[in-house]
Amino acid sequence: MRITRRGFIQTAGAATAVGMIGAPYIALGASKKVVVVGGGTGGATAAKYIRMADPSVEVTLIEANKHYYTCYMSNEVLGGDRTLDSIKFGYSGLAKHGVKVVNDVVSGIDPKAKVVKTIGHGDFAYDRCIVAPGIDFIWDKIEGYNAKVAQKIPHAWKAGPQTALLRKQLEAMKDGGTVVIAPPSNPFRCPPGPYERASQIAMYLQHKKPKSKVLILDPKPKFSKMGLFTSAWKKFYGYETDNAMIEWHGQQEESGIVKVDASSNTVTTAFGDEIKADVLNIIPAQKAGKIASTAGLTNDAGWCPIDLLTFESTIHAGIHIIGDASIATGMPKSGYSANSQAKVCAAAVMAMLNGKEPEIPSYVNTCYSIAGKDHGFSVAAVYRLAEDRSKITKVSGGLTPVDASAEQFKREVLYAHSWFKNITSDIFG
Amino acid sequence: MAYKTFTTAILVTGLAIGASSGALADSKPKLMMGANPKMLADTCAGCHGTDGASQGPATPTIAGLSTDYFVETMEGYANGEIPSTIMGRIAKGYNAEEFKSLAKYYGDEPFTQAKQSFDAKLVKTGAKLHDKYCEKCHAEGGTSAEDDAGVLAGQWTPYLVWQFADFNAGDRDSPKKMKKRMKKMLDKKGSASIQALLSYYASQQK
Repeated sequence: MRITRRGFIQTAGAATAVGMIGAPYIALGASKKVVVVGGGTGGATAAKYIRMADPSVEVTLIEANKHYYTCYMSNEVLGGDRTLDSIKFGYSGLAKHGVKVVNDVVSGIDPKAKVVKTIGHGDFAYDRCIVAPGIDFIWDKIEGYNAKVAQKIPHAWKAGPQTALLRKQLEAMKDGGTVVIAPPSNPFRCPPGPYERASQIAMYLQHKKPKSKVLILDPKPKFSKMGLFTSAWKKFYGYETDNAMIEWHGQQEESGIVKVDASSNTVTTAFGDEIKADVLNIIPAQKAGKIASTAGLTNDAGWCPIDLLTFESTIHAGIHIIGDASIATGMPKSGYSANSQAKVCAAAVMAMLNGKEPEIPSYVNTCYSIAGKDHGFSVAAVYRLAEDRSKITKVSGGLTPVDASAEQFKREVLYAHSWFKNITSDIFG
Repeated sequence: MAYKTFTTAILVTGLAIGASSGALADSKPKLMMGANPKMLADTCAGCHGTDGASQGPATPTIAGLSTDYFVETMEGYANGEIPSTIMGRIAKGYNAEEFKSLAKYYGDEPFTQAKQSFDAKLVKTGAKLHDKYCEKCHAEGGTSAEDDAGVLAGQWTPYLVWQFADFNAGDRDSPKKMKKRMKKMLDKKGSASIQALLSYYASQQK
């Protein structure tokens, strides 16, 4: 099943053959250098998989933090079932694969000179650059909320100290308190995340502070895995009864928040309702991580347009963008997506470094949510690229059935935990 | 075969995809097919571990299985004959050719026995039960990946527990001989025999 150039062009179709694929990829001789910007799920996976494929390639990964806290499973930290340390990962595993890990902040990328600039370690030349910056927040959509206020009213949408802060506030809250979660509009990282978070917090409150309540103020009329979440909430948290522990407001328009008064912990919805919270979690609207816009890789909406075959920027040649920051049309912004995209991108980068055609891609997403004790569920999808490269197209998959057996929901919790162990070891191990 | 469109591939392999997605496929753009084995296999690693060696605690290791067993299992998931939580949804995304190339890719990787806890007191009993009831097909103490038998030694215990449960409940079809032998064992030794077998399989941690 070797892919010959001829075969590939037949597959890709005449239009693409004339377009980007037709341009020759230049073989660069002995010293091939790849610089990866960002050591999260996408960046770390790409760095490792390139080294696994060809140890002669010099791979440098530049990351500002010494550790990475996974956003996935951080809701279990909020629920109290998991320690923050269990979602913390270092870079020694990557170093063992021969990845040069540089702890620094990237200040710019020069696509013409093919150089990544850092604050403390100077410039890094590359033949191909992979940018995986994750997300940044759009602060000005909610009046009164900004990076400084987030030190008091956490978003906890980048895991780590923010997660610890929100957990601390939940622990300190009195019984009978109200937790307000304000999710963002689409698109954002981890679409089911805010609703799993509400579930995990409710699970904690049910045992420790049963008179309390979780209020979700949503700017969207529907959300990811909605049927599965609402049915779990009915089962565990009295959803849609007088004693509901979780209330979701999004059915009516204008339920999302537009303003926060940090001194009184009060939010104002678009409709004009004022709600005072005991614990407030605001998840702001999102865009690609900062370096993406600094390097001129973003569109007007703040995300990075890419070629879906290679994840190469359609703005700057030689730079690939993977994970949450990219516009991977057809795939959700999830950890598994980033991991899968990183492997497709790594294979494409290897091929292009060697003057070959990029390989025919295959992608998968699998995402678990744990909504109650022994109650987990998932969404999965297998994807192939459309021949005209317009969309990463789902060919199979779907959700756990809402009427699945109790046994299946229970098994999915253990499979969720297995997912976490395997994906993190695949990324960082 | 390599460049067949997804729709044709599905028709050829005869996987039950259902009328609705068949109709969808007609209206969708044609897809790039013919991804190489590694490209396909890499998509499994997020759940089943790098190169198919699962870190547990439940998701099974898929490296080092026999190609027959791998293909049969994937086909079983895709057509719904083998019950699953998630694999039924995923298996339908691959055609028969791809099942084979995945089976070959993972078959060439070593089976890594899981580091997991077990009841040491039951291991000896389990070994005896295995020799009497299971060894004929699951040869060499359940380590052998021959023909269509799954590897049992060193596979993750929760996964095996669930397979035993599904076989027992009749949710998963077992081969005639296996059914007979399992019934015989359970009639004679009770459900404690399964615990003993599980401990024996988990005790193998080379």
